[in-house]
Amino acid sequence: MIERLLPAASTSATEIDFLFSLIFWLVGFWFVLSEAIFFGLILRFRKREGRKAQYVTGELQSEKRWITVPHLLVLVCDVFIVFFAVRAWHQVKQDLPTAPTQQVVRVEGAQWAWIFTHPGPDGKLDSADDIRKVNELHVEVDRLYHFQLTSRDVLHSFSVPVFRLKQDAIPGRVITGWFQPTKTGEHDVQCAEICGIGHGLMPARIHIETSEQHAAWIAANSTVSVAAVAGR
Amino acid sequence: MAETIPVGHAPEHAHEHHEPGFVAKYLWSTDHKMIAMQYLFTGSAMALLGGFFAYVFRSQLAFPGMSVPGFGLVSPNEYNALITNHGAIMIFWFAMPVLIAAFGNFLIPLMIGADDMAFPKINRLSYQIFLLSVLVLFVSFFVEGGAFGGAWTMYPPLSATAEYNQTPLGTTLFVTAVALEFVAFLMGGINFVVTAMNSRAPGMRMYDIPIVVWMIVLASIIFMASVGPLVAGAVMLLFDHNLGTAFFDPKRGGDPVLWQHLFWFFGHPEVYVVLLPAVGIVAEIITVFARKKLFAYKTVLYTAFGTGVLSFTVWAHHQFIAGIDPRMANVFTITTLLISVPVAEMMFVYIATLYGGSITLETPMLWALSFIATFLIGGVTGIFLGASGTDIYLHDTYFVLAHFHYTFVPIAVIGTFAGVTFWFPKMFGRMLDDRLGKIHFWGTVIPFNLIFIPLFVLGVAGEHRRIWDFTQFPELSAPWMRDLDKLATLSLWVMLSFQIVFLVNFFWSLRRGPKAPKNPWASNTLEWTADSPPPHGNWKELPTVYRGPYEYSVPGREQDYWPQNVPN
Repeated sequence: MIERLLPAASTSATEIDFLFSLIFWLVGFWFVLSEAIFFGLILRFRKREGRKAQYVTGELQSEKRWITVPHLLVLVCDVFIVFFAVRAWHQVKQDLPTAPTQQVVRVEGAQWAWIFTHPGPDGKLDSADDIRKVNELHVEVDRLYHFQLTSRDVLHSFSVPVFRLKQDAIPGRVITGWFQPTKTGEHDVQCAEICGIGHGLMPARIHIETSEQHAAWIAANSTVSVAAVAGR
Repeated sequence: MAETIPVGHAPEHAHEHHEPGFVAKYLWSTDHKMIAMQYLFTGSAMALLGGFFAYVFRSQLAFPGMSVPGFGLVSPNEYNALITNHGAIMIFWFAMPVLIAAFGNFLIPLMIGADDMAFPKINRLSYQIFLLSVLVLFVSFFVEGGAFGGAWTMYPPLSATAEYNQTPLGTTLFVTAVALEFVAFLMGGINFVVTAMNSRAPGMRMYDIPIVVWMIVLASIIFMASVGPLVAGAVMLLFDHNLGTAFFDPKRGGDPVLWQHLFWFFGHPEVYVVLLPAVGIVAEIITVFARKKLFAYKTVLYTAFGTGVLSFTVWAHHQFIAGIDPRMANVFTITTLLISVPVAEMMFVYIATLYGGSITLETPMLWALSFIATFLIGGVTGIFLGASGTDIYLHDTYFVLAHFHYTFVPIAVIGTFAGVTFWFPKMFGRMLDDRLGKIHFWGTVIPFNLIFIPLFVLGVAGEHRRIWDFTQFPELSAPWMRDLDKLATLSLWVMLSFQIVFLVNFFWSLRRGPKAPKNPWASNTLEWTADSPPPHGNWKELPTVYRGPYEYSVPGREQDYWPQNVPN
């Protein structure tokens, strides 16, 4: 359902979109049923001359059944939804998968920009060839990424809608999460937590590239970055 | 008996029939009905201000770069201040004062057959402190640096550090205003609970108390039990901001997430604090206009208790992605989805009450029914956010915004209109115009849906709230998305302009409306046995109660209602 409005470009997106559709149809059913009965009753029991309202207390078991049965069914639906919600949560937020070709990127929120640190040709962060970019994150399709998320000042929230990913950045803490892009393209990154006057002015982009494109980007940028670091 | 009004005359004349002066009558009165009116008018004026703010920032969003008529160009920091104060005003300075304080003050003594509140002077002080909080908030708009713009949730470090928020005075005044407002409501709440439990008319047992009174009492108890941590948090925030402490500053050993726990431990129960009075109002109205006994009175009461208890166990669903231990999300998903059970049951009960009724659609009934129809949308969309998995994506998008407007607008706006149109004859002794009432109803409800259904779609498409201008984001500036934004904004203009119809109806009817009889709706509850409007002291002789409040269409009786005070 979501993917009709916005492409799904990560492995977690599939899981979350499934959960969204499941809840949509389940609560959609209850919603339509309740509204249909509700409007049906209003139409059917409109005041007519000579007809008096019925005296129904709702205290008899036989009458209460009309609300206790749907009530129990709602509970069953809740259990069902909890099961799938917890499953999705485990996969996306709680488990931190690893892969042989894994990469680590650093994401820092600041008033008012995103600072992304990419590992250079050596594949490791915190070495001389790191590539640091403002408002521009470059990743390779199908590769598993761990991100280290932090903030320099206030709360920010790192949100990549095409990944269905969101995580608050907290100053003083480094939060580790993961994503695995599944489609190449260029997409919006938003800050989802109000972070001061310039909050509405910190748009960033994520570039999901093929391995060749990504290698070329690294080759083109790492030396520049080394020079910049050396020059500080 | 309650004390008499201090009218300011010489003691030897105090017992005579003096008309109290303007100050004594309108500003210094301890009469619960006058305090109710003070809350009603102050809260409604604040709603107009909050509505104006919404008009300004939505117009900016839909037509970026254009000057908003009546305001001018909206800068990013003005935008932040507008959304912050819109949210805070609508919840703290409109929903609470009107739904709890105004209706609580007006209805509780009248519906339980008392002459006034248990502590009339504390009641008056409660309003005066509330008014002070309004004034402090007003001042915050005009100080150097501008009004606070860190969202109504006031998350630190932004709210705790002037260097970050750049509105030092505005922030201090905003937090002070919120803290003062809570003090006012603590005082009011104590009064409601004590009055409802101790001042009932002879013969009124616990299960004879009208549902709306129960709901306001329960809401007051939830408020009193939840507000302590937040008042403490507000004081800590003021200390951080002004005295250099570091409760929430991570650089010096504090923790910003602590604030979120304190805030939401109050903030989520707060939803039910305003919800319960509104569902109480709806219960009173649907029984009267369906001429039906409320289906399963005790069940409604128990589900309200259940909702109240559960409301204290769900706060961290606001913090799924805030950096809390991910395992906690599982527990809070379960408690959050569990709270859907009593709330769903309450809605089922109301729908069941319509069965077998003799339904007429006067204006108050239209409002009450539209509460059920729209609140259901708010309820079912809450499931998406309570389920931790989908919340990862939807958190802080326009989906969340649309969801809580589908709960808060039925509660605060629809609930208020239902209550005001229903009790207007009792409050002011005149009838409202039903035709204008219906025009206002449709002019509000239809555009309301056209504002927020598009926002659900925009949220699912990835648009986040609190962003000043979406044209900077290539994906979010897709033409269809900008069109939906325009539709939502134009609908808001329509909805706001129809409020003029209500204001005209209200003030015209106040002066020129036909005189209201004592009991225009043929209702059972005690307030309708007093004069319209009731004098100070409410009744010459306090009523005696013989039965429950919802004995409509009892078989074997000629009349289809049976007031609580009429002996067999």
